[in-house]
Amino acid sequence: MSIDSVSPKKKYKVIGTRPIRHDGADKVTGRAKYGADTRLTGMLHGVILRSPHAHACIKSIDASAALAMPGVHAVVTGKDIPDHGNKIVELGEGAVNLRHLGSNVLADDKVLYRGHAVAAVAADSVDIAEEAARKIVVEYEVLPHVTDVCRAMEPEAPVLHADVFTQEMGAKISDTASNIAARFYFEQGDADAAFTKAEVVVEREFRTATVHQGYIEPHTATAQWHMDGRVTIWTSTQGAFSVRQQVGALLNIPQSLIKVVPMEIGGGFGGKIVVYEQPVAVLLAKKSGRPVKVTMNRADVFQGTGPTPGSYIKVKLGADKSGKLVAGKAHLAYEAGGYPGSPVACGCMCIFACYDIPNAQIEGLDVCVNKPRSAAYRAPGSTNAAFAMEQVLEEIAAKLGICSLEMRLMNAAQEGTRRVDGPVYPVVGLVECLQALKNSDHWKTPLTGPHRGRGVGCGFWFNVGFKSSVTVSVNTDGKVTLVEGSTDIGGTRTSLAMQLAETLGIQAEDVTPVIADTDGVGYTDVTGGSRVTHTTGKAAHEAGLKIIDQLVDRAAAIWEVNTAQVRYEEGGVHGPGGKKMSFRELAEKLHETGESITATASVSIPQVGGAFAAHLVDVDVDPDTGKTQILRYTAAQDAGTAIHPSYVEGQMQGGAVQGIGWALNEEYFYDDQGTMRNSTYLDYRIPTCFDIPSIETIIVEVPNPAHPYGVRGVGEAPICPPPAAIGAAIANATGIRMTELPMSPPKLLHEILKRG
Amino acid sequence: MSRKRVVTCSINGREQQFLCESRQTLLGVLRDTLDMTGTKEGCSNGNCGACTVLLDGRPVVSCLVLAVECEGAQISTIEGVAQPEKLAPVQQAFLENAALQCGICTPGIIMQTQALLKDNPNPTEAEIRFYLAGNLCRCTGYDKIVKAVQQTAQMGSGSCQPDCCGK
Repeated sequence: MSIDSVSPKKKYKVIGTRPIRHDGADKVTGRAKYGADTRLTGMLHGVILRSPHAHACIKSIDASAALAMPGVHAVVTGKDIPDHGNKIVELGEGAVNLRHLGSNVLADDKVLYRGHAVAAVAADSVDIAEEAARKIVVEYEVLPHVTDVCRAMEPEAPVLHADVFTQEMGAKISDTASNIAARFYFEQGDADAAFTKAEVVVEREFRTATVHQGYIEPHTATAQWHMDGRVTIWTSTQGAFSVRQQVGALLNIPQSLIKVVPMEIGGGFGGKIVVYEQPVAVLLAKKSGRPVKVTMNRADVFQGTGPTPGSYIKVKLGADKSGKLVAGKAHLAYEAGGYPGSPVACGCMCIFACYDIPNAQIEGLDVCVNKPRSAAYRAPGSTNAAFAMEQVLEEIAAKLGICSLEMRLMNAAQEGTRRVDGPVYPVVGLVECLQALKNSDHWKTPLTGPHRGRGVGCGFWFNVGFKSSVTVSVNTDGKVTLVEGSTDIGGTRTSLAMQLAETLGIQAEDVTPVIADTDGVGYTDVTGGSRVTHTTGKAAHEAGLKIIDQLVDRAAAIWEVNTAQVRYEEGGVHGPGGKKMSFRELAEKLHETGESITATASVSIPQVGGAFAAHLVDVDVDPDTGKTQILRYTAAQDAGTAIHPSYVEGQMQGGAVQGIGWALNEEYFYDDQGTMRNSTYLDYRIPTCFDIPSIETIIVEVPNPAHPYGVRGVGEAPICPPPAAIGAAIANATGIRMTELPMSPPKLLHEILKRG
Repeated sequence: MSRKRVVTCSINGREQQFLCESRQTLLGVLRDTLDMTGTKEGCSNGNCGACTVLLDGRPVVSCLVLAVECEGAQISTIEGVAQPEKLAPVQQAFLENAALQCGICTPGIIMQTQALLKDNPNPTEAEIRFYLAGNLCRCTGYDKIVKAVQQTAQMGSGSCQPDCCGK
């Protein structure tokens, strides 16, 4: 069931409707070409050899036996990646240490996690390449390892990097090499003083497990090294330009010589931004003189690509008698994996972001452990933080005997609230989301029965703007082509086409959206940060306005009147004396009346304003097994404006279900050798459709004043509340307040049995 | 390298011969030998369902079927679901219900749905969710997929061509 709770869209003709997506027919017939569907003449297959150890020095690599095999064409190792020193480069979505990026692609002198890539083979087939990879002899000196964030911070813990010191605000604050790569600190007001005046103070510690984005399509890239030094890469990525930048920087290839062709992408969720196999494919192609495709298997994906961090979080909150939050303290330590760069700073900025807490301190630590280098995952860092924060808020509400939903409403961030890390909110829609839940059929339907409980949770994500470019061309059949640079993971071709159609007063079907390669469109940042419908949508709108200007000029020329006498509205031009032509009629005259009409637009948006979600869940806990069953689930979210409501609902539902998996099941299991023991979908169990009910959605629309159509972006916020809401529901069902994710049957059963 | 074998079978209603090594999977032959890349690879070990095809009318994960096992078999893949110029009802229902986001699991889910509706033309929501539980989707949260299957059933499935499922 879905309810559009607010309908301000009467003013729009296309926005708010539900056209069939433009790439739909190809995707339901198997015609759409994904990364692994790339086929080139003479193509070889590459396989990556990975470390069997969690932490070791590489003493030597001998590939002679592999190279001697028939059908083997090339072997590459970390030595094939130029040494960049600790050069920091800006790569679109944040600065990256090139040495770290490069040695994650292929290890140089050390492996830092089980599954770390150490060499790669190109051969006539995958089978031959796998056999050859097994013949590469790597001599390791195994080192002690550490996979737990808290253990990694102990003084006697093995140190991963001899040259990583704790940094704060760009300055070194530790005297010795440390696994704590960075410290972040934010404060406002006087938290210590405010706690002494609080009626209730609760402090709790939380642990969350390492989880994976879990996209169904494994990473894949095919590279062709041309004889004139140019390189073409066909790959599954969230950002073609980001791949171009990273490969260029890593391999010292001028960016303009690299063409990245973004194939259809089978899910990303943040995990397909950083390069893994793309530079390897390029190196193998260069060395073998043949195109090379490298496609990971599922175990490689789990063991070698970005999970999102496990974490330790401590939260202390104080409230007055009415339930108003007066003080908060949070300490967050996130596992970066083998190289610095966890999203702990984002966790710090999000942890109190849903509420107005006048006195607060937040400290975050970025901690290296012997696990895969962490990567972005849908609202990176926010879900862990929301789980901890909301559990403490729930406990305070219970102690004060007030409804936690009312307590959230009382404290909810709104226009003018200052987030602890500084920004003051513009118009935001958290209060409206909570009210929507309160007015929902779900909230008004009592939940009865033993071992059942209801929970609420909130979540926040910034949403980002960044840069996008589009080119629009008017065709003489009255349709337009929209060339854009944002890879489409979930229907954004259509949400962009709809905004352009709205601007031009034509139908969504009259726009043909095309995703170009890096030679075919202006620079566009990654598909991430919930930014595409927002920012690339704004670019499409601006290009549409430029098209309108030209159409008006053309009509004026045809009618031999002043431009000022012509106006564009209702999908056509209108001139003096009742003259008018529809968009199509004018388009048909373009070739006979002058040059063709095209427009490009590039936008750069520094800040978006933030997105909030509030979820409501009913659970049933089996006291004999500890299994939690979701009975009913409702997600409310402020979309600003829902361009295509079906795909907004889809983001809300998909995010909620990923969050449910995170809450109840998903977890990397490590043995004492630092090996992940559940690197298959059978053992790393993501939710199936039999595990969950229909996710009900309530789209709340508090338009974003900074966007021409009020869009906020919807992709990430819905993953934040589920663990929090489910934790609250479990507490209400059992009286047990879980402090660890996942709240899996053995963990919950342990607590149930402990209580007796 | 072992000697290759000739396998003769029917794919989407047409007789087909291919050469394969004994160790090659049906998925590998479909994608790499026959260039039928509509069937997707997600895990290679039977866990995700992205490579689901129908083998003599029965849904199978083609990554766990050896190609040499297919001698004489009738195989249906996503490429055979639509008529040349018309989508099948199940495909239309997936589009109308926005039942896909990235789309990588979609071919497998459509094949599984074909099999479900042949067995059970009017499944309940629970039956749909049970039958599709072997097909993982990480994007949609499944709700719209279930609704698309329900709509297909209401349209009085048929949903596929006569030679599609071997039934």
